[in-house]
Amino acid sequence: MLEEILRYLSSPSNREKVLDLLGEHVVLAVVPLLLGLAVAVPLGWAAQRVRWLRAPVLGSASVLYTVPALALFVLMPSVLGTRILDGANVVVALALYTVALLVRPVVDALDAVPGHVVAAATAMGYRPARRFVAVELPMAVPVLAAGVRVASVSNISLVSVGAFIGLGGLGQLFTEGFQVRYLAPIVLGIVATLLLALVMDLLLVGLRWVSTPGLRAGAQA
Amino acid sequence: MIVNEVLAWFGDPAHWRGPGGVPMRVAEHLYYTVVTVLVAVVIAVPLGLAVGHTGRGGVVLVGLTNAMRALPTLGLLTFLFLLLGSADVATVVALVVLAVPPVLAGSYAGVQSVQREIVDAARGMGMTSTQCLWQVELPAALPLLLGGLRSAVLQVVATTAVAAYLGLGGLGRLLLDGLRSLDYPQMVAAALLTAALAVLLDLLLAGMARLVVPTGVRLSAASAGGAGRPRGGGP
Amino acid sequence: MKRIVALVAAILMAAVVTACGSSDPLGGGGEQGGPVVVGSADFAESELLMEIYAAALRQAGVQVQTRPRLGTREITNRALADGSITVMPEYSGNLLQSFDPDATVTAPDAVYAALQQALPDGLEVLEQSQAEDSDVLVVTQQTSQSLGLTSMDQLGPVCGQLTLGAAGEWPGRWQDKIAEVYGCSFREIKTTDAGGPVTLEALRSGQVQVVNLFTTSPDIAANGWVELADPRNMYPAQRILPLVRSGTLSPAGVNALNQVSAKLTTEELTELNRRILEERAVPADLAKQFVG
Repeated sequence: MLEEILRYLSSPSNREKVLDLLGEHVVLAVVPLLLGLAVAVPLGWAAQRVRWLRAPVLGSASVLYTVPALALFVLMPSVLGTRILDGANVVVALALYTVALLVRPVVDALDAVPGHVVAAATAMGYRPARRFVAVELPMAVPVLAAGVRVASVSNISLVSVGAFIGLGGLGQLFTEGFQVRYLAPIVLGIVATLLLALVMDLLLVGLRWVSTPGLRAGAQA
Repeated sequence: MIVNEVLAWFGDPAHWRGPGGVPMRVAEHLYYTVVTVLVAVVIAVPLGLAVGHTGRGGVVLVGLTNAMRALPTLGLLTFLFLLLGSADVATVVALVVLAVPPVLAGSYAGVQSVQREIVDAARGMGMTSTQCLWQVELPAALPLLLGGLRSAVLQVVATTAVAAYLGLGGLGRLLLDGLRSLDYPQMVAAALLTAALAVLLDLLLAGMARLVVPTGVRLSAASAGGAGRPRGGGP
Repeated sequence: MKRIVALVAAILMAAVVTACGSSDPLGGGGEQGGPVVVGSADFAESELLMEIYAAALRQAGVQVQTRPRLGTREITNRALADGSITVMPEYSGNLLQSFDPDATVTAPDAVYAALQQALPDGLEVLEQSQAEDSDVLVVTQQTSQSLGLTSMDQLGPVCGQLTLGAAGEWPGRWQDKIAEVYGCSFREIKTTDAGGPVTLEALRSGQVQVVNLFTTSPDIAANGWVELADPRNMYPAQRILPLVRSGTLSPAGVNALNQVSAKLTTEELTELNRRILEERAVPADLAKQFVG
């Protein structure tokens, strides 16, 4: 199999194509992750603070996650008014899944911030908004980071479904190989997707390590 | 309006009859889901319990589950079909790969979550290691295990749609044929049916969990902050 | 620490830039004066033709992007209409049917003339090639012998025992027509794919007895299968030609595609298909050789 893959990659046009698809895959997976995180944090914050918001927000997040990805990709144009092959369809659909995946960890993480810490911050004169950014959010990072890692893996795996409409990053290698009954591009696509997920995961672990010096010191003590 | 068209789609008796009708498609979808999840349970639960019980191989197990989660279902499906020539086998195997990680993680975490003191007490009362696993650790692990199972079911129901790429039935047939003819009402109907099926199965499993989880475990799980909640499902 | 963050940012930026530079997944392109985007349907020959058109256009100095395997004609027609793609390799008969479902002409030149009438504003076809790739019903040698089947004319009486394997759009296009023309209604029509591995496997394993393939498919000869003749021309002529969005190609671009059509033959196309399937030839490389 390795020989077959090397043979496939010996063509410069194939090499160029695989690199393009890898780049497309990264964009289609990472942009929604960032967008989803940017929406999930305030949404989770609101759901945690406002009691009556909690059930509907968490409930609709669970239901959203049961809609097949392909359906969401192809139905986006009727919601967004985008063109049928627009990458924005995949980006927005995956951002929605990311929000659905992250809202609960955000709520859980904020729930887990000890009351005495919040009380201490309040006593030191932090207003709610500043307290959230400076105290509660950093303390929520470990739980949140676990959620982001799950969402990252999920996005990277789901992007390939876009290949049904010619927009699947490395997933395009699956449909390409399938129609000419050639395993090399398919296996290459699977391996590249796994590696991409692994690299992203290591980056996220690194980012988490860099971004939580206080908790790290606490953990070592 | 799309809403009216979707309602009209559901109202058309032709969509409810025969081999391509909604009841048949739902039945096919359920069939793949049930077979897949059963196979996944048979593989993952013993493995998760064993690793959790003995405490050996935990790191390998976690690494393996994470790698499995990253495997793209469409890639596995096309690979297995070209290799084996059977759409049914390719579909079930690809979906089992999807369902194993949450069940495995759930059963492993479930046994892990049992407090050391409880196990020690059971052993102190004269239980053998096996008795302890069956009578103490497994019941106590049930909330997390069932959480993993629910998560697996949600993912499989949402992903079974991909089987239609290999010419198989299920609700994905409605979705993919709708895409090929750009029939938006049919695509919306297929998405709604899939989501409804997933929610229904989830409620069913939640009800089952109430019945099988011993009251004592449920109470202690609830006081520990709802550890039995399923993690995110997945399309 | 700052260096790590900077590195991460740099990697992400680089990925964004590479991705947008080539296939531009977030843009689409193809507005007036923008780059030319050649699309393809989701089967191997269409992708090969896409590569051939792209190679010819590049040789003529046109800036080209490609969007392979977009799906069915319903999807590619929509993509042409909204400008996501600007050129599509097409098949004259089926293209005509998609714009005029009631068309009855079947001869190549009549189809071409009707097509030019039927196309909506903003779309045009360039010159048609001699190369033809028509739909064809195919059975195994064994089925052919045991039922005495060599032509669709003989289908009528046995049709009710046979299951057909074809792509999801087949029933909508042909189910009524084949009943009308040949008095054939299959026992069942199973959805497979457009002449791809699912269709081939279905015929091989006996799940279906008849499949809809394409005349340039090397799989028919390779498996010793039998093509059913179509004496009443139910399937119209399917000459290969470029469908383009008006005003998006320069005269040099139009000329380049017309030259491809002048050169392309059924034999050559069948041979290129065979090389892709059997020798693992790379479509883009074959295309470069073809345009020379």
